[in-house]
Amino acid sequence: MKADVPPSGAPLVELKGISKRYGDLLANDGIDLSIEPGEIHALLGENGAGKSTLVKILYGVIEPSAGEIRWEGRPVSIGSPVEARALGLGMVFQHFSLFDELSVAENIAVALSDEWNLSTVRSKLGEISSTYGLALNADRAVWTLSAGERQRIEIVRCLLQNPRLLILDEPTSVLTPQESEHLFTTLDRLSAEGCSILYISHKLEEVRRLCRRATILRAGRVVATIDPRAKSAREIAALMVGNEVGEVRTDAPHHPEGEILRVANLSMPPAGLHGQALRDINLVARAGEVVGIAGVAGNGQSELFAALSGERPADRADAVVIAGKASGIMGIDARRRLGAAFVPEERLGHAAAPSHRLSENTLISHAAAEVSRSGFILVNAAKRLARSIVQSFDVRTPEGDPQARKLSGGNLQKFVIGREIIRKPKLIIVDQPTWGVDAGAARLIRQALVDLARAGSAVVVVSQDLDELFEVADRMAVIHHGSLSPLRPIGEWTREAVGLEMLGVAQAHGGAHAV
Amino acid sequence: MRFELTPRTHVSPVMRALAPVAAFITAFLIAGFVIWLMGRSPVAAFDVYVLQPLSDPWALQELLVKATPLALIAIGLSYCFRANLWNIGAEGQYVIGAVLGGWLALKTHGTEAGAWVLPLMLLLGVIGGALYGLIPAFLKTRFGVNEILTSLMLVYVAQLILDYLVRGPWRDPKGFNFPQSVTFDPSATLHPILEGGRVHYGAVFAAIAVLVTAVVLGRTLFGYRLKLTGDAPRAARFAGFSSKATTMAVFAISGGLAGLAGISEVSGQIGQLQPSISPGYGFTAITVAFLGRLNPVGILLAALVVALTFIGGESAQILLKLPLDLTQAFQGILLMCVLAADAMVSYRIRFATRGGGK
Ligand SMILES: Nc1ncnc2c1ncn2[C@@H]1O[C@H](COP(=O)(O)OP(=O)(O)OP(=O)(O)O)[C@@H](O)[C@H]1O
Ligand SMILES: [Mg+2]
Repeated sequence: MKADVPPSGAPLVELKGISKRYGDLLANDGIDLSIEPGEIHALLGENGAGKSTLVKILYGVIEPSAGEIRWEGRPVSIGSPVEARALGLGMVFQHFSLFDELSVAENIAVALSDEWNLSTVRSKLGEISSTYGLALNADRAVWTLSAGERQRIEIVRCLLQNPRLLILDEPTSVLTPQESEHLFTTLDRLSAEGCSILYISHKLEEVRRLCRRATILRAGRVVATIDPRAKSAREIAALMVGNEVGEVRTDAPHHPEGEILRVANLSMPPAGLHGQALRDINLVARAGEVVGIAGVAGNGQSELFAALSGERPADRADAVVIAGKASGIMGIDARRRLGAAFVPEERLGHAAAPSHRLSENTLISHAAAEVSRSGFILVNAAKRLARSIVQSFDVRTPEGDPQARKLSGGNLQKFVIGREIIRKPKLIIVDQPTWGVDAGAARLIRQALVDLARAGSAVVVVSQDLDELFEVADRMAVIHHGSLSPLRPIGEWTREAVGLEMLGVAQAHGGAHAV
Repeated sequence: MRFELTPRTHVSPVMRALAPVAAFITAFLIAGFVIWLMGRSPVAAFDVYVLQPLSDPWALQELLVKATPLALIAIGLSYCFRANLWNIGAEGQYVIGAVLGGWLALKTHGTEAGAWVLPLMLLLGVIGGALYGLIPAFLKTRFGVNEILTSLMLVYVAQLILDYLVRGPWRDPKGFNFPQSVTFDPSATLHPILEGGRVHYGAVFAAIAVLVTAVVLGRTLFGYRLKLTGDAPRAARFAGFSSKATTMAVFAISGGLAGLAGISEVSGQIGQLQPSISPGYGFTAITVAFLGRLNPVGILLAALVVALTFIGGESAQILLKLPLDLTQAFQGILLMCVLAADAMVSYRIRFATRGGGK
């Protein structure tokens, strides 16, 4: 109803001619955008289109090269996030800004103004998380949490400040469908209460569900302002990219041969007080196939990834067998030497060092191979490698060999995946492969994973995105509370069966879905 | 009102290069003001502190002499600091290096022992410093004890050990009860590079350390490992770099270089063990490391600059009756100014009025 009422007076916020230049690159090029009170406004565009740059300007994180911001009709200069918050802006960043060592409540308290303390945060936290269905345990240390849970902290932290304009930069990319649905209800409610929302997402279906107006950016410019409900997701995608996005080809014949990965009765105690234990996990991945692992964030995916990669070795060598070698107690480096490759969920800080150049970032997983010799770095080889990753995976970079943090989120994701695939590993384990990438890039990444499998590697994809798993996986299992369901061919799974397994109720209904 | 730092989106390379210069000028202005408050002429002080040492050949040699231990220790510390590990106890590692190396000098005193004594002394100095540096590293990796506290507290332990030795078992019996050891034999003495000069071979060690470190940090996987551990510890774990091994390695390296500085100083300059063998080199080297931005060549320059304040401080004490403590105060001011200038290059300071909540 709210957007149907003609706006009385000035829009809440108006951006006029906003530009941002990085060297030769115009990340934002004369952008005009206005948001009415209570409106949910979508900001769309492919990876690197300039969405994050624009909202960071609005939130006072970066300074525009040109342009004007009007707040309720008055020109304002927003010089810092503190000033932005004072005006009534709240923002959830694409990349988390949390302190790993602190607890959930502490992380929230430090970001709020002085009148909040730990106990008020704690009591309010319970209230907000139950009203909006964003479950959080106030005392857990952030480093033990999955990306989805971290995202919840960021959102709750914003909501506690009663913002008048809430900016969400890809909030749902790591949420499960259920969590997203909760979030949408929350957003609808906030909007009805008069709070405006600027919403960035690559998931066009949810944009069509939520928003009545969408501004589409391409290469830093506004190419259209549309009503997303009046167009199909396909049409919107075409506006963003300039052409149509195809589907992943998975139909190439494949004959899974030889086991590459075998996980046998893997159990691990939780890493910290609140970590998730792994319980008796059994899993086999064969050459030529893609194995999918579905599940709601926080059910042991990070722990499983750490155990498979060797970041946290198991206590038994035969718990994890890679390419025929019992490697359960090997470190990650030794497993890489066996031909395994890993892509963790978090790209900035875990998969890549933000302040290091892309060429230096190749050393993280290629140290054993072509970029070093007897302990010395081969600088030119590293640069060449970075360049070929950038080319093969269509990574859009602002300069030749930029620092990782200068890449847009989706482009960095393409880089860290490309860095592993280009090694042609025998086994690759990927956690959330398409987190925050646009439709075109998601297709490219999924296709690369499928092609890798078809060329004879084993691919394990951990994802919350069921559509993704149904698209690429040959066999799938569901992880819940640290236990893994049996692996079944993808054709034998239905969405309902997966949903039940995800909630841990499948055992009760047992036989109904068993093979 | 409160003020906050917001990162600059664009960091100008010119400003970055000029920051240390600005820091120096500011530090001199503040120090000049303090000297003026003490009723002395800041201009005369500047002359004594800076201009005179730089125009006197004897003082220039002295500059190298003082810069040598500073550079050696600071180079070692840069390994730790790059990996975000805080070795504050280089002074103690310096002392233990001197003690262990000095032990051999005293053992062979008055014997016919030959040319092997000196190299072995230096080696023992390195080993002593490295082992002493490994104590906080071990406590950290094994029990999670904060390395800042342990390394700092071990300084006082080391100083007391030295004190006890030179007052007790190692005291020169013919030394009129002065708390000092016998003077080292020529075979246990690090000689000047030039006959009759003051600069000894320690300066060569420092130069080698600078060169080797430039290669190690810039070109080797080990150097990258330190950088990654410091900048993104999680990515370092993902790369397969064990943080325990890194911690042990950098503490051993920095302790070893501090120990080398200690034994070089004792056998090259002082010639015997005595209760005080350092005017605080181990602590000042922390300033030097940051002044040089943890860059080997930068550290070399910074060591020379800070050495100047030592020499200037000594002459200011004699000529202007300014207290020697002023030198340390000045070094402190300089470090503050350098850190502030660096921060201002990468961040903007804004005064923000309190947010809407109230
Ligand atoms: N600090 C920086 N220095 C140089 N270039 C930058 C910097 N930050 C961003 N860019 C560039 O600006 C462009 C826009 O980036 P931005 O992060 O706004 O994209 P985005 O639309 O949010 O993309 P994504 O969907 O991948 O998150 C990209 O080409 C990026 O490489
Ligand atoms: Mg973005």
